Parts: sequence; structure tokens; C-alpha cells
Amino acid sequence: MSLLDKIKSDIVESHVWKAIFRHGYEDTPRNRVMMVTANVFLHLHPAKVRRHAVRMRFTWCMGGLTFLMFLVTVVTGIYLMFYYRPVAEYAYADMKYLEFDMPFGMLMRNMHRWSAHAMIVFVWLHMFRVFLTGSYKPPREFNWIVGVLLLVLTLLLSFTGYLLPWDQLSIWAVTVGSNMARATPLLGYEGPFADFVGANPIYDARAFLFGGGEIGPHTLLRFYILHCIFIPLVASILMAVHFWRIRRDGFSGPSL
Amino acid sequence: MAEAARAKNLPVDDKIHTWPHLVRGEFLVALFVVVVLTLWSITIDAPLEEPANPTRTPNPSKAPWYFLGLQEMLVYFDPWNAGVVLPSLIIVGLMVIPFVDINPKGNGYYCFKDRKYEILTFFLGFHVLWVSMIIIGTFFRGPGWNLFWPWQRWDPHKVVALTNVDLPYLFGFRDYWWSAAFGLIVIGAYFVFGLAAFYFWVLKVKGREFLERWGMVRFMITALLFVLMLSLPAKMFLRLVFNVKYILVTPWINV
Repeated sequence: MSLLDKIKSDIVESHVWKAIFRHGYEDTPRNRVMMVTANVFLHLHPAKVRRHAVRMRFTWCMGGLTFLMFLVTVVTGIYLMFYYRPVAEYAYADMKYLEFDMPFGMLMRNMHRWSAHAMIVFVWLHMFRVFLTGSYKPPREFNWIVGVLLLVLTLLLSFTGYLLPWDQLSIWAVTVGSNMARATPLLGYEGPFADFVGANPIYDARAFLFGGGEIGPHTLLRFYILHCIFIPLVASILMAVHFWRIRRDGFSGPSL
Repeated sequence: MAEAARAKNLPVDDKIHTWPHLVRGEFLVALFVVVVLTLWSITIDAPLEEPANPTRTPNPSKAPWYFLGLQEMLVYFDPWNAGVVLPSLIIVGLMVIPFVDINPKGNGYYCFKDRKYEILTFFLGFHVLWVSMIIIGTFFRGPGWNLFWPWQRWDPHKVVALTNVDLPYLFGFRDYWWSAAFGLIVIGAYFVFGLAAFYFWVLKVKGREFLERWGMVRFMITALLFVLMLSLPAKMFLRLVFNVKYILVTPWINV
């Protein structure tokens, strides 16, 4: 036995190594299964999948890539959170600081924004693919509903993030987007039948969204918390359900 | 099942190991996409305009691009409808798809022939309406939400004559109550006619046996959503061809 092999076997058979890794790396059917079942991250997958799940022409990879884009926004978003304060006086200055002074600040911001846009495109294409292959049909009806909710959450994530740079583009885009809320029937002060409910500019659906009658510092904080904590949390829970149901119901494909 | 398959020498199971077959593919695709995203992010900067100023409204003020389809609908419907009711119905409509589509064919494979009408409906809603409205809102709308070609200069002083009139006015109704009654009748007629047309269309292409299996509840949900979806192109047609502003005018609600 050469010295190298000796060192290797010493490491691989050490107490510490065995405490971490439960199985070897030889290409045996058992290890192939263990690779997935003994790893919490790969455990999102079943140990074996139908041939269709692997074919790019069938899946377009869009569901997985949507999740990848989510992960990219989480990683880059945490980096951005270190340098950004959701306060009207500081927010815009922090954006400039981030762009010009922070190492890789501009790159992280760009990646965050473009992956967020890509996530929306991917989630629409994913829905289109799932529709074309009829993968919402029994037994996967409920997972389609979860998917629609995730689609809405993806849009809301992007929309709440749109406000945070606190520049002209963001406040006016969010103003236009949120103005719809004041036209909500019954609940918005400009909506039909608002008088019967008593909705007014500082007490209606849009004021609830904004945290006040107009877009302002309170809105910035509100959207920041929705963007960084609330919606990602809800989306993560729904994603867990979404992936779990794919495992439970099996990957779709033509019947054998 | 398995016995019969074995007897005919067919595969009992088409499963393969996730590791390495699926994980390898996922890894390579993820690597490729992250590389493209990184290069994209190095070359193209995210926009940052001047600081927020609530007293200076830009013209045009555009929502984020993925909501521009809704903003474009505001041209044809009032905000309570284009911004609240119709988007909610889009979400609800997407959610009911698995429950109103009882066609057992086309589960797990691509096939246009087996589900022609389902796919065409989705195509109409997603590609023709949703995506094209986003493209119009993004590339063809300028100051005052007027139409501009993408290569045209945005002229903030472009004069567009406001020639829209309400449908009852077009039909000669001048009295307030008669106008409202006429509008209500037109909208009622749209739905009655739409539901009837949808019924006979399904009867023609799918047959009576299908309608009985489909059931009253599924039919009504699908028909209502379908007719509501077509209300957008219908209103667009009335607006673009006859300059119709509203069909129904009341102090509380305009359609």
C-alpha cells in the first residue's frame, strides 16, 4: 500500500469522516440511492425518477431554474441587505454607496435584479410547459393551485422589491401599480360603492398597502419587510409543499 | 398491470436513478445559467434614476413591465375592473383549470390533437392577451399613454382628439335612466348570448355526451370565465372601431 493510499484510508475510515459521510462513492445502485436519500438537499428529489423528468425537451428545466433564480436572489439579496437601510433619508444614498463603494456591490445588485426578472419569465414558461403536458391533471390538481399561488408571490416579490431603490423609477412604478388598490370595489375610496363602506383616502385598501394615505417612508419600510421577510417566508413554505407534492404524486409522464 | 406488461415484454417501470442522471443535468444547466446571468450582470447595469420625488410625476408613469398588461387594460376598463376584478379572476381562473378540464387525455405528454380547445384557450389568454398587452404597454405607449412606434420620438405635446362616446349615446339615448337601462340590457345580452354561444359551440365540437359528463357547475364556471376573458377583446373592438367609451354608465359603476 502506497503512502497516498494509506493516508486516504486513514481519512476515509476515521471516526470524524464516518460521522459525516454515511456511504462510499463507488458506483453501486445502493450508493446511487444513498447519494439522494442521505443528503438533505438532494433529498428534494426522489431516489429514482421517471425518464421524462430528465429530458430537457420535456421539462424545459423551467421549474428548477425558477427555484435557482430564487436562490440567487436570496444570496445576492442578503449581501445587499448589509448595506441598505429602508429609511427614506438613507435608502437612495445607500444605493449609490452600494454601486460605487462596495466591493462587487453593483454586480450583486445587477444579479439580484436580473435574476428577479428572469424568475418571472421562467415561472410563466414553467406554467406554460405544465399546461402543455397536462401535468395539472389528476392526481396533480392541488399542486397546480400551489403553483398559481407561487406565481402570484413571485410577482409580489418583484413588485415590493421595485420600490426599495427609492428613485423616481421605483416610486412612480409602485404608485401606478398600487393605485389599482384604491379602486377596489367597496374597499377602495375611489372604487364603486366605497361610500357605503366609508372608505376614504387614509382608510382604504391602498392605505393598508402603503401604511398611509400616500406613498412615503412608511411604505418603504412596509415593502422592505414584505420583500425581505414575509413573502420569501410564505413562498418558501409553499415551495416546500410544491416540491413535496411532486415527490408524492410522482413526476408526470405518459402512462406506461 | 405489471403482470400484463411483463407478459407483453413491455417495460414495467421507466425509472432511472436520480443520482447521477438528474442531478448531473441540473448541475450543468444551473452552472450554464449562472454563468450567463453573471456575464449579463457584468455588462448591463440595473437602472437607477434620480432620487424619489413625490412632487414630480414622470410622463408616462409605467408600472413594472410584468404588470403593464394590467395597466394597458386600463385603457379599456375602469380601474376597479382592469386593476382588481379582472386580475382576481385571472388568478381564480388559473386555479380552476384542473377542475373544469376533465379530458383524461394529454396527461404527461405533448399533444395538440388530443386537447385542441384547451390549448387554444390557454394560448388566447396567455399569448394573445396577456403577453401582447405587456408588449404594447412596454414598447408602444409613451407620454399621456398615447400610442407611439418604438422608433418614434416621444412627443409629450402630441394631440389626440378625445372622440370617445358612450354606447347609449351612440344609439341616440339622451335620457339618463334610459341610457342606464340600455347599457344594462346590452351587458346582460352579452352574457346571455355569450353563454348560449359557448353552449352550442361545446355541443358542436364535443357532443352532448361530453356536456352531460361535464355537468352544470363546470360548464357555468368555464363559460363565465371564457365570456369574461373575451370581454377584453370585445371592448377593445368597440373602442378601436366605434370609439365607445362606456357601455353602461351609472353614478356608481361604469363598464
